[in-house]
Amino acid sequence: MNNFVEIHQLSFSYNSNKPVFKGINIEIPRGKVTTIMGPSGTGKTTLLRLIGGQNQPTQGQVLVDGQEVSSLSSSELYRLRKKMGLLFQSGGLFTHISVFENVAFPLREHTKLPESMIRSLVLMRLEMVGLRGARDLLPHELSGGMARRVALARAIALDPKLMMYDEPLTGQDPITRGVLTQLIRTLNDNLGLTSIVVSHDVREMLSISDYIYVISGGEVIGQGTPASINKSASPQVKQFIEGFPDGPVPFHYPALSLQEDFIAYV
Amino acid sequence: MFNYIPIVGQYGIENIRQFGKAGMLLFRSVFRIPHFRKGLPLVIQQVYAEGFLSLLIILVSSLFIGMVLALQGYHTLSKFGAAQQLGPLVALSVTRELGPVVTAILFAGRAGSAVTAEIALMKATEQLSSMEMMAVDPLQRVIAPRFWGGFISNPLLTMIFNVTAVYGAYLVGVQWLGLESGVFWSNMQSAVEFRADVCNGLIKSLVFGAMVAWIAVHQGYRAKPTSAGIASATTRTVVHSALAVLGLDFVLTTMMIGGW
Repeated sequence: MNNFVEIHQLSFSYNSNKPVFKGINIEIPRGKVTTIMGPSGTGKTTLLRLIGGQNQPTQGQVLVDGQEVSSLSSSELYRLRKKMGLLFQSGGLFTHISVFENVAFPLREHTKLPESMIRSLVLMRLEMVGLRGARDLLPHELSGGMARRVALARAIALDPKLMMYDEPLTGQDPITRGVLTQLIRTLNDNLGLTSIVVSHDVREMLSISDYIYVISGGEVIGQGTPASINKSASPQVKQFIEGFPDGPVPFHYPALSLQEDFIAYV
Repeated sequence: MFNYIPIVGQYGIENIRQFGKAGMLLFRSVFRIPHFRKGLPLVIQQVYAEGFLSLLIILVSSLFIGMVLALQGYHTLSKFGAAQQLGPLVALSVTRELGPVVTAILFAGRAGSAVTAEIALMKATEQLSSMEMMAVDPLQRVIAPRFWGGFISNPLLTMIFNVTAVYGAYLVGVQWLGLESGVFWSNMQSAVEFRADVCNGLIKSLVFGAMVAWIAVHQGYRAKPTSAGIASATTRTVVHSALAVLGLDFVLTTMMIGGW
């Protein structure tokens, strides 16, 4: 099968009156970096949770490596998750243990490797993200960018086949953004991963992605290679890429009309 | 008037739902085949964090409770010329009631709140989610050890409470107020039964330990992942634990005295 993740006609809502997704279709090809873009609050993080099986779709299917996520038993789901890594926006590092122990955590939990082997594996992972020297620091001693790189090292510790990034660049300085952007690409190519990046950092993601989906209002509003997205004629996609403050994606949150809201109270 | 009926109903349903969720949590984390090689070190760690680190407050409070009880008891008993019954008075009230109840409430304040805050903060900072995504079940890795830690620690702390409180009473009654030491101990020995008094007290402490630990992990796991949510979850742990302990104490005492 050519696609690592396939999403068919997926609908999802946290509560019945406000759907997050209305029947979207997304295909994530194996070995590529696919970016999912969209304005804040369009459920990009929710999409990753659906792929990881932390949320259940209301309708439709999520297939990961040929298995339908929502139909798996919890032990099958845990087995599938060993093939996935997810980099959380906040990193999700364990705050009471050192960088080394954080990266060693999945190895200790899932393997019976001897201590010397764990040490080599952890240091290799830390070397990939350039933080071999930071092994003894505690998470609160790390800068935001370093914490995210440690979390990345931890996420790839078990050699996943699929790596998901939740807003990897948000809140980072320009140098860190450059570092992380490049890491996503090099890790994908060197480790033979499939990567899904959820982001709204247009410029960086256009530069490293193989394929891009733009979602807004619970629907896919545009997709294609970076070049075709850049030239997209769709006004919604154009607004997002260029960053116009108002347009088809409205500036205002849905509300009563001005007259009803102001005049009625006078 | 009729508007209030649905609100009451909703409140009731919500509470029952929370209770059900707490039961599910307990079931899914505790009623599993235990994994000793990985689980045991985690539980021992929690016995240290919840039990050993609560020792100071337990020791100090029990010593003072024992001393105050002896003072008050001596003062009243001597009016009837029954001051030599001070030993039984202190020992019975401590082993049967004060030991288990006060320990459990102090334990909820010292260890239960800490467990709730820790779990809730792990949830708020996505540590639990990231654990799930690393295919590690947080119920097994985080919740279960904290429950067992509390379950084991509370009876141990209660035993220590009992001993220190009786010793505090000895200090005041014998060393200070001048009761005959032999009278103090022998009257206590003949009045306190191991099975009916000491063991029943420890059975209570087992139940309270399970209750407090359950409330603490449930409140932590279900806390809203915000700073206000964590604060109110911690408060709820202490309040619910204290109420549950006092309520259960009444039920258990009735059962034990009624000879169910």
